[in-house]
Amino acid sequence: MNAWFADLMVLAAEGKEIELSDGGVLADFVWLIPVVPMVMAFVIVFFGKRSPLKGWGMAAGTMGFVALYGTVLFLMNTFGDPIYHEGTVHLADIGSQTLGAHIGDLMAIEWGWMVDGLSIMMYFVVGVVGLLVFIYAKGYMHGDIRYTWFFASFTLFAGGMLVLVSAPNLIQLIVGWELVGVASYLLIGHYWEEHENSSAAIKAFLTNKVADVGLFIGAIMVGTSVGSFRFSEIMAVIGEGGGDSALSRFAFWAGIALFIGAMGKSAQFPLHVWLPDAMAGPTPVSALMHAATMVTAGVYLIGRMFPFYNYDGFADETRWVIIIIGALTLLLTGLIALVQDDIKKVLAYSTLSQLGYMVVAMGAGAYTAGLFHLFTHAFFKALLFLGAGSVIHAVHSNNMSDMGGLRKYMPQTYWTFLIGSAALAGIFPLAGFWSKDEILASVSYAGSNYTTAQGGAALGNFVLVIAILGAFVTAFYMTRAVSLTFFGEYKGKAHPHESPKVMTYPLIGLAAGSVVMGFLNMPGITSFFTDSVGARILAPLDHHPESIDVVLALIGTAAAVGGIAVGYRLWFADKETQKLRDTFHIPVLYPLLERKYYIDDFYMDGIVRPVRGPVANAMNWFNGHVLDFVVNGAGFLARGVGKYVYAFDQRGLDGAINASAGATGASGGFLRVFQTGRVQQYAVMIFAGTVLLVAGFIIF
Amino acid sequence: MTIVQFLVLGAAMFSFGVYGVLTRRNAVLVLLSVELMLAAVNINLVAFDRFLADQLAGGQVFALFVIAVAAAEVGIGLAIVLLIFRNRRNANVDDLDLMKL
Repeated sequence: MNAWFADLMVLAAEGKEIELSDGGVLADFVWLIPVVPMVMAFVIVFFGKRSPLKGWGMAAGTMGFVALYGTVLFLMNTFGDPIYHEGTVHLADIGSQTLGAHIGDLMAIEWGWMVDGLSIMMYFVVGVVGLLVFIYAKGYMHGDIRYTWFFASFTLFAGGMLVLVSAPNLIQLIVGWELVGVASYLLIGHYWEEHENSSAAIKAFLTNKVADVGLFIGAIMVGTSVGSFRFSEIMAVIGEGGGDSALSRFAFWAGIALFIGAMGKSAQFPLHVWLPDAMAGPTPVSALMHAATMVTAGVYLIGRMFPFYNYDGFADETRWVIIIIGALTLLLTGLIALVQDDIKKVLAYSTLSQLGYMVVAMGAGAYTAGLFHLFTHAFFKALLFLGAGSVIHAVHSNNMSDMGGLRKYMPQTYWTFLIGSAALAGIFPLAGFWSKDEILASVSYAGSNYTTAQGGAALGNFVLVIAILGAFVTAFYMTRAVSLTFFGEYKGKAHPHESPKVMTYPLIGLAAGSVVMGFLNMPGITSFFTDSVGARILAPLDHHPESIDVVLALIGTAAAVGGIAVGYRLWFADKETQKLRDTFHIPVLYPLLERKYYIDDFYMDGIVRPVRGPVANAMNWFNGHVLDFVVNGAGFLARGVGKYVYAFDQRGLDGAINASAGATGASGGFLRVFQTGRVQQYAVMIFAGTVLLVAGFIIF
Repeated sequence: MTIVQFLVLGAAMFSFGVYGVLTRRNAVLVLLSVELMLAAVNINLVAFDRFLADQLAGGQVFALFVIAVAAAEVGIGLAIVLLIFRNRRNANVDDLDLMKL
């Protein structure tokens, strides 16, 4: 640890002195957290089917290990001194004489493990939420044809995310980033027998790839201008201040490029299109993807590069882009959630909206607020998805038009889902209230401190309004989802029943998390989260309010209550469930939302089809002319060679074989004369032989 | 008496034996001829033992061994011949061409 970090600690703690701990032995073995799941994923592939629990035991055991390790680290980090430890294994050197500012320097490719507030928080979330989702998946996936394969890819998914969050450098982060992408592709397309599902998998993969180009470019720009891919080296350059360093010259575009990468994984508008379609995967996948892994990766990346985005002279001028993208995502996708019939899609659009909140917070410079929302959101969104999965399991349909009145049939699912919805809507004193309030406070604080380059104070206030509107919309669609699913008359055909205990216990666990996790960071009362997770980052605008901003909290709560009230009026109080809902079709807006602002259509008709046609034609031409020529040439050549080989075979080889057969036959014919079967003839021969030998010995 | 006399006797007896083995059709007589050959060898062994004045009397001991082995061999041989006779109603070695594949 260098002196620069020590300065950070002091500043980040807003004047409080912070003792840093190196984590001791526990931190030395954090490399096990990503390695164990990665290894176990392959072990499950090869040995899972033959194991007693068909791979589930290994998968859940792995997540149990991560959860335990993560929890211990999290508790140590939260209630003890904040931990900072960076382990590194040097793998190779790359580079040339012309790379970057450090002419002649080789750049190291390293594998390592980061143990600091940010990554410990992620270990904890991925481990604990992951473990509960894995336990739940045992019940949900029961009887699935690719049961073992599912848990292998699921473990790979979690493992990829852990590689990503444990990365102390950009290269390893990209490796984890792509592992998550591959595993998500496998999991979204788990039911690939239906074309729609495999298309969704491809869509997710390709959309992420588009964004990954941004990540690669950003990583190369940052890495080469610093001369190292290590975050600590990058932070050290940032710590020296802007000036004329190579990094600060590239900063704006590198910042934009990295943010495009984050937009892909964290599904920000307009690259959000893959996330709702990703609902094609099994529900536990959606739960984990939306809570702890995958979509959090983008926010995590911005968090990891946070000083880069917040220091004068670096990428701080990209902040208005980030905050606008985040605000657009938060409101637009929230509105789409209002018209969805598929309960998982409602939750998917809700995730998009909440990711918008996190990105807004990051753009506003509110490091702690954004990550705290990520943290609490992981619990209640996993809860909501698992609850939805429990409902789907019971009624065998994703559509809310086939549900209704389930409150009576599945009380545990109902109560936990209600807690999750209330937490998401931001009802006091559940987790969502605290984290959303923190974001509102931070945006309001940041808005008034914006410079013109960062978008000005007007932008800050505008985003604050959007965030409050978002809170209203969130409460609105969650009320709708709860009403249509659990209240009114049951409209489906299957006989609903409460899910088995292996599914309801994780729901209860996550519900407990959704209630208590907010207490880690209550303004003016507790600041565990700020002190532990935020401790490493120097953030000029990171602002954990000393006391709760009563006005903002009231406005936020009022928005949420207003949303619930409108939702109640529209759906809940509607005794003849279908009627009012069907008449609530505002012209223009409704079709716009129904078609998801025509973004999918634009991508399909505007980009995919025009590109696909010519590419297909070109491929056809290439196939007809170039490939066929090569194939025909190879065929012609093979025929010529074949002729000679045939002649040699007929004359040369066959001759030799026939000759040896003939010789064998002839010698056999000669020798058969002597084999009469008469003992005395044999005796004569033996005697003759003896005589000949004796004569020979005597003569010679 | 010189050793040559014994050797000539041994060679003659051995030759009779070989002749008998090769020409006799009855298996019993073939066995008797084999015994004749063994007796010839015994004569040679004893004669050379005396001629060389072997202190350990190796030739005589060997002759005793040969007699013992010959007795055993005749016992087994006659038993085989008896079984063949029982199964086939004769013991002519000419008819026994089962050693042909």
